[in-house]
Amino acid sequence: MIVNSMYATVINSFKTIFKGMRLTISHVFAATESRKVKAISDPDYFAQNKGLTTIQYPHVKLPVPDVGRYQLDVEMDDCIVCDLCAKICPVDCIDIESIKSTEAIGKTSDGTNKRLYAAKFDIDMAKCMYCGLCTVVCPTECIIMTDTYDRSMADLKGMIYKFSDMTAEEADEKRIALEKLNAERLAAKQAIMIPKNS
Amino acid sequence: MNFYLTYILVASALFVFMALFTLFAVYSERKISAFIQDRLGPMEVGKYGSLQAFADILKMLQKEFIVPNAADKILFALAPIIIFVSVYLGFAAMPWAPQLIPTALNLGVFYIFAILSVETLGILMAGWGSNNKYALLGSMRSVAQMISYEIPAGISLLSVVMISQSLNLQEITMKQGILSQESIKFLGVWDLKGIGGFLAWNIFQAPHLILAYIIYFISSLAECNRAPFDIPEAESELVGGFHIEYSGLRFAFIFLAEYSMMFLVAMIGVVLFLGGWNSPLPNINSLHLASWTTGMGWGIFWVLFKTLSVVAVQIWIRWTLPRFRVDQLMSFCWKILTPLAFLCMFISGIWRLTMMQ
Repeated sequence: MIVNSMYATVINSFKTIFKGMRLTISHVFAATESRKVKAISDPDYFAQNKGLTTIQYPHVKLPVPDVGRYQLDVEMDDCIVCDLCAKICPVDCIDIESIKSTEAIGKTSDGTNKRLYAAKFDIDMAKCMYCGLCTVVCPTECIIMTDTYDRSMADLKGMIYKFSDMTAEEADEKRIALEKLNAERLAAKQAIMIPKNS
Repeated sequence: MNFYLTYILVASALFVFMALFTLFAVYSERKISAFIQDRLGPMEVGKYGSLQAFADILKMLQKEFIVPNAADKILFALAPIIIFVSVYLGFAAMPWAPQLIPTALNLGVFYIFAILSVETLGILMAGWGSNNKYALLGSMRSVAQMISYEIPAGISLLSVVMISQSLNLQEITMKQGILSQESIKFLGVWDLKGIGGFLAWNIFQAPHLILAYIIYFISSLAECNRAPFDIPEAESELVGGFHIEYSGLRFAFIFLAEYSMMFLVAMIGVVLFLGGWNSPLPNINSLHLASWTTGMGWGIFWVLFKTLSVVAVQIWIRWTLPRFRVDQLMSFCWKILTPLAFLCMFISGIWRLTMMQ
């Protein structure tokens, strides 16, 4: 009995070894075939289960859909600097500094009045988790996800995309203008307040 | 004077061969493993990545020698030399063609086995000298494994030696082909003297030598520390095993020794069991295929062809089978391979006495 089971073990071992070896060698011979570069929309995309699966990425790229949801882009002309995107962001990768305008700046393409300047509109793509919440809450749909997915930087700071179209001088100018306006308003307010109290 | 010049020439030729083989083997291993796993492998350096191994060795040559502070400096520096030299010297007694053998030792088999055992010492020195727990664990495992597996390997080689009645590798090879002076019998019945062909190889001269070859092949995998017996350098457990602290040229030499060891053990198997430089084609009546394909060039070709095929199988096995556990490894060696090898030797004795008279 013991001898029988020993033979069975030996035979079983050889069987399983050859099974495994046959499997791996079949992959070696299948290596003449290689996966074609096809988009996911192609009906054959999931049918390519033979041969090498690697595509040589930087030389060859799989096409991504035009509506791919990868890196963020902001259309500053349409932005009303409402800060909603920065508030909803789960990882706080959007950093906005707004300056109130002293007068109406203009209108976005959908007719919303712009009342704020964006002195700073930074998105740290290294932190971004691509959830897309910012694009959902944006009232003017100026923040969108694009089909760009591969942007490498030599420096981590390069991953912070700056979208603000104002220079530092312009921002300072607006700040001074706002302060001036605020001071004027305060003075006017106090001018009304003082006679009442006395 | 010419005498010494020949020695130096032969030695450097062997060294160049070892280096080229290692580069080729590393490249082919990476490619084969890639294909097995449906990858492409190296593709960027040269056409299809063919210069990748050269790029790697160039990088390695430029690297700095790093000696750990706590290391035993002498042992640490000596170990790669001993590991490499022991494998390198093993090549000295290997026959390449009917007249081509670096040193025609009449104790060839014995010599090669003795010199290969020295590698164990080098590995232990590397592990101890590194003063690293992983390196020491790896080298201890390696020593335990190599010493254990030398027994079934040695005994299975002995069963061939008993059939061939010689320890001279050139003579053993001679007795497996058309150049044999004595009669060769396929399975002990069909006389193949002057016919040759693959049926005259040792594994077909006596049926139990097929079993002996399987035992030898398995133990040879263990002796060159390759999967499924790669517990000495189990990357996933020991980071890298005994060579973990080595860098630059020293690491390159350990690597060189490992891959040359693959070739050497495969070649020993080929010479003793698979006919060495003998042609696998037989003489059939007027078709003298064996005579046409025997000679200096053909001999080198056949021995390289056979050995590289065995190396390919070694690589194939490495990328298919999972690693043994330490206790499984030991019980497999001592409880299965060693008794089977003794059985082979016993049958060889009986075979010699009854079938070859």
